[in-house]
Amino acid sequence: MSVWNLLEYAAWAASALIFLWMVLDAVRVSRDYSEDVLLSSREGEVELADELEARRD
Amino acid sequence: MATVVQEAAPQRLTLLRVLGPGHVWALGVGIVLVGEFMGWNFSVAKGGALGSLIACWIIGLLYTCVAMIDSEVTSTVAAAGGQYAQAKHIIGPLMAFNVGLYLVMAYTMLEAGDALIVGDLVKAAAAQAGHADLDTKPFALLAIALLALLNYRGVFMTLTVNFVITAIAFVSIVALFIGTQPWNPGAALFHRDLLVDLPYGWIGVIASFQFGIWYYLGIEGTCQAAEEVRSPARSLPFGTMSGIITLLIAASLTWYVAAGILPWEYLGQAYTPLYDAARLTGSTFLTVFLFVGTLFSAVASANGCINDAARAWFSMGRDRYMPIWFGAVHPRYRTPYRSILFLIPIAASFAFTGLLDQVITFSILSGLLGYTFMPINMWRFRKKWPLGSIKRGYVHPFHPLPAVVLLVLCITTFFATFLGYGPQLIAMMCFYIIASAWFAFHRYKYVRRGDQFTMPWPRPAGY
Repeated sequence: MSVWNLLEYAAWAASALIFLWMVLDAVRVSRDYSEDVLLSSREGEVELADELEARRD
Repeated sequence: MATVVQEAAPQRLTLLRVLGPGHVWALGVGIVLVGEFMGWNFSVAKGGALGSLIACWIIGLLYTCVAMIDSEVTSTVAAAGGQYAQAKHIIGPLMAFNVGLYLVMAYTMLEAGDALIVGDLVKAAAAQAGHADLDTKPFALLAIALLALLNYRGVFMTLTVNFVITAIAFVSIVALFIGTQPWNPGAALFHRDLLVDLPYGWIGVIASFQFGIWYYLGIEGTCQAAEEVRSPARSLPFGTMSGIITLLIAASLTWYVAAGILPWEYLGQAYTPLYDAARLTGSTFLTVFLFVGTLFSAVASANGCINDAARAWFSMGRDRYMPIWFGAVHPRYRTPYRSILFLIPIAASFAFTGLLDQVITFSILSGLLGYTFMPINMWRFRKKWPLGSIKRGYVHPFHPLPAVVLLVLCITTFFATFLGYGPQLIAMMCFYIIASAWFAFHRYKYVRRGDQFTMPWPRPAGY
């Protein structure tokens, strides 16, 4: 088995570990936080803040 | 109203506003620059070297119009999702759904293509080391995994890395240009001997437009950073316009060097034309630098594509155009982490097909549909909210000329694409028609119609 074959296996293993870490982290976040918090982002908050600031000025 | 915002703010998760104009530049140029290292040269096979130069400039004009229009609208509609959010506010939900889908498909397919290129480059390095039958799949998958992890953990580091590797890739093109001594014709460049007339006439030049898109495909991706830049009105136009200027320079240098070293018959079917040109100079430094530049450009492109596809998908989820589950923000990293995760297997499965030309063609066609929407968007934007009615970060000059030019060039490029990839074009149109029917007759009933229009704008003129 050459070094390149070992690199192939290493690439498969590293990819699997990275995906596993991300999936586990996502599961942990879903467990620790409510969906209301995770889904609380709103489009347009930048504009609204700018608008309010402009009105204050 | 102000009290409500101040009280609600600590409980809300938002994408982090940490990016500057340099990150916007890195996002746009990073996605595109791989097209200078490979792909553009297929236009030479269609129209010859001079035909490719004409395509480079005419498609450059198309993208300059895209950048001008995008800069004006995005500096006003500063929301993740970019053109999707623009279409939602300016045209309507069905157009927005389609534009969102164009964006996700264009970037995910391009990401798959970039991963394929990374795998092929590793295979080429292994072949030079005496191991010819390397499997490219694990390396393509590793590239996607590492870049997805980077994106998952934060946008600032993601685009800072993109800035560095994109800058190195761009410098490698400049180094090759200088290394060929353009001030000394005949030393390495032989334009006088290699440039021939148009081998397939003007129809060949038009056919070459399809691949001329590779020079610039993805610069419109800067809009996806709209919700994460510190100053959208300043950073987005500055990053986008400096990006298209960088690409026009890079495209011209690329054509000049490659057309002066490689015969058009070879250039038209080369896989890595700039790397091949560097090898022909005989300089070990340039050969290594262009290999690194090619690799970095592919990595930067995949990185930016993951960023942009996830933002578009996230925005559609947030508006319930897709299941709202995708609209989640990571409480620590402040990224659209579920969208990033969801799109990984899709990109990987397309990368595993190994069909680079088909994957990229689907990406180009989706991008082209997005560009066709822009002139319509611009007309309606100026008509509904004339200059002076809302605050704009940038106002593009000569309206409606850029919109007219963009529409004409898009139609011409569709014709060029039909000449080379007619069945794929028809198949893709069928896909978007079926998806539109699904949205109109099934999905739209889940959308909270009043919630999706978020810009604090006055009522449109005429309403």
